[in-house]
Amino acid sequence: MSDIITVKNLCLWYKSVQALKSVSMTIPEKSITALIGPSGCGKSTFLKTLNRMNDLVPGVKITGEVTYDGTNIFDPGVDVNELRRNVGMVFQKPNPFPMSVYDNVAYGPRTHGITNRVRLDETVEKALRDAAIWDEVKDRLKKNALGLSGGQQQRLCIARALAVKPQVLLMDEPTSALDPISTSRIEELVLQLKENYTIITVTHNMQQAARISDMTAFFLLGELVEFGDTETLFSQPSDKRTEDYITGRFG
Amino acid sequence: MLKGKISARRRAYILTMRVLMWASATLTAGLVLFLFVYILANGLPHVTWELLSTKPSYLEDRIGILPDILNTVYIVLATLVFVLPIGVGAAIYLTEYAKNKRVVGVIEYAAETLSGIPSIIYGLVGMLLFSNNFGTSLLAGALTLVIMNLPTVMRTAQESLKTVPQSYREGAFGLGAGKWRTVRTVVLPGCVDGIITGCILSVGRIIGESAALLFTAGFAHALNGVFEGLTSSGATLTVALYVYAKEEGEFGVAFAIAAILLILTLLINLSATLTGRYFAKRRNI
Repeated sequence: MSDIITVKNLCLWYKSVQALKSVSMTIPEKSITALIGPSGCGKSTFLKTLNRMNDLVPGVKITGEVTYDGTNIFDPGVDVNELRRNVGMVFQKPNPFPMSVYDNVAYGPRTHGITNRVRLDETVEKALRDAAIWDEVKDRLKKNALGLSGGQQQRLCIARALAVKPQVLLMDEPTSALDPISTSRIEELVLQLKENYTIITVTHNMQQAARISDMTAFFLLGELVEFGDTETLFSQPSDKRTEDYITGRFG
Repeated sequence: MLKGKISARRRAYILTMRVLMWASATLTAGLVLFLFVYILANGLPHVTWELLSTKPSYLEDRIGILPDILNTVYIVLATLVFVLPIGVGAAIYLTEYAKNKRVVGVIEYAAETLSGIPSIIYGLVGMLLFSNNFGTSLLAGALTLVIMNLPTVMRTAQESLKTVPQSYREGAFGLGAGKWRTVRTVVLPGCVDGIITGCILSVGRIIGESAALLFTAGFAHALNGVFEGLTSSGATLTVALYVYAKEEGEFGVAFAIAAILLILTLLINLSATLTGRYFAKRRNI
């Protein structure tokens, strides 16, 4: 496995509060990386830095480097929209647009200039199939997406993200707002997606991290405490703080 | 304790308060109803087809308000053509693009203050700025109303933009949509109802305005097309009402206009409510 994203000495401040302290890690291609840690440890912040969604927050200052596809994503010449097309994102709460199922999935491709009806239809169908929701929505493509259940909405958001053919998919606690059945469907889906995509997911659920991820990163107070193979990290953590956290002594 | 008797003083107090509240409610409702009935009863009998469809003529000893109706339509259209793009554009810039939130706050506060000052002040400014430069005309009146309505249109548009959930914007940005595409395809459709409602209410304010127009738009009752009308002096319905009542003693005509304005206002408020309801229903599927 080759590396797809390399992070070097990444620091981030919200105004005067430092949220990330010199984080460095490399993320292997076509794998699932889980980011774990207690609330406020910086794992979501770290995730949102990888496709520069933090740009939207006023008062953010970032130092260090994130290299994707051979380029530092903070370089002045970088096209942020193109970066976000390649590094897609699924949010904590399902956020379909208030339009039809079809238009939701077609939104990304249309944004990037696809207008041909046949190609759009193909792209939409493929994305919905990849997100394992095609069978449930194929008869209601023209219906408003807000009429779907929470779990369906989240898979629709995954389909929407896949439709622009990203290489990396960032997921910010994608199952925290869902019931157990929807959660396990999303987990299965993520395991399938690993074949073609690199997935980085934030999770509060340690079992979930252990179940689905190949690599796990443990964050604490803005610091990357430990990063490594999921099995090793959960069975033989090398840092005392990791051990305390995964055995439930705090968090 | 629970079964203890309420003291006589306490009971008298409760009774007095209840009577007072009942009296003020009845007075308010009664006044509204009285005005409604009074205007309609005095006005409607004078609303004839001849009044609505002709222009006034001294030769035929006839009064018609068709020119005033048309002038009102012209001034509403001319005002909206300017005030909508400028107001909504300013709102989009301030809520979606502007970085310095403190300056935005100052502008919002200023806009709110401006929307509260008496309209006659706008009339004075409009007269010096527009009428004195290119003559008393409907266009001068419309431009004055543009300045007057701009703060309100901008503020209502801003408030509607703010009701669009941040998660919609994040979703679009996350797919690589740029700022303008996000605003155009996700944010604006998400709040078009608020903008339309604000727009309808500002039509109501334009129709109801008189003080600012007395200074700027003039009093003529000539029958004109749109472009001719805008460049010449003309009275709107409210100004005509003033002229007929105050200068010609035609109270029947004045009341007829009042009744028409009352019904118009009713229709405008109704359509604003219905628009809001229509979009709310569409959003909840």
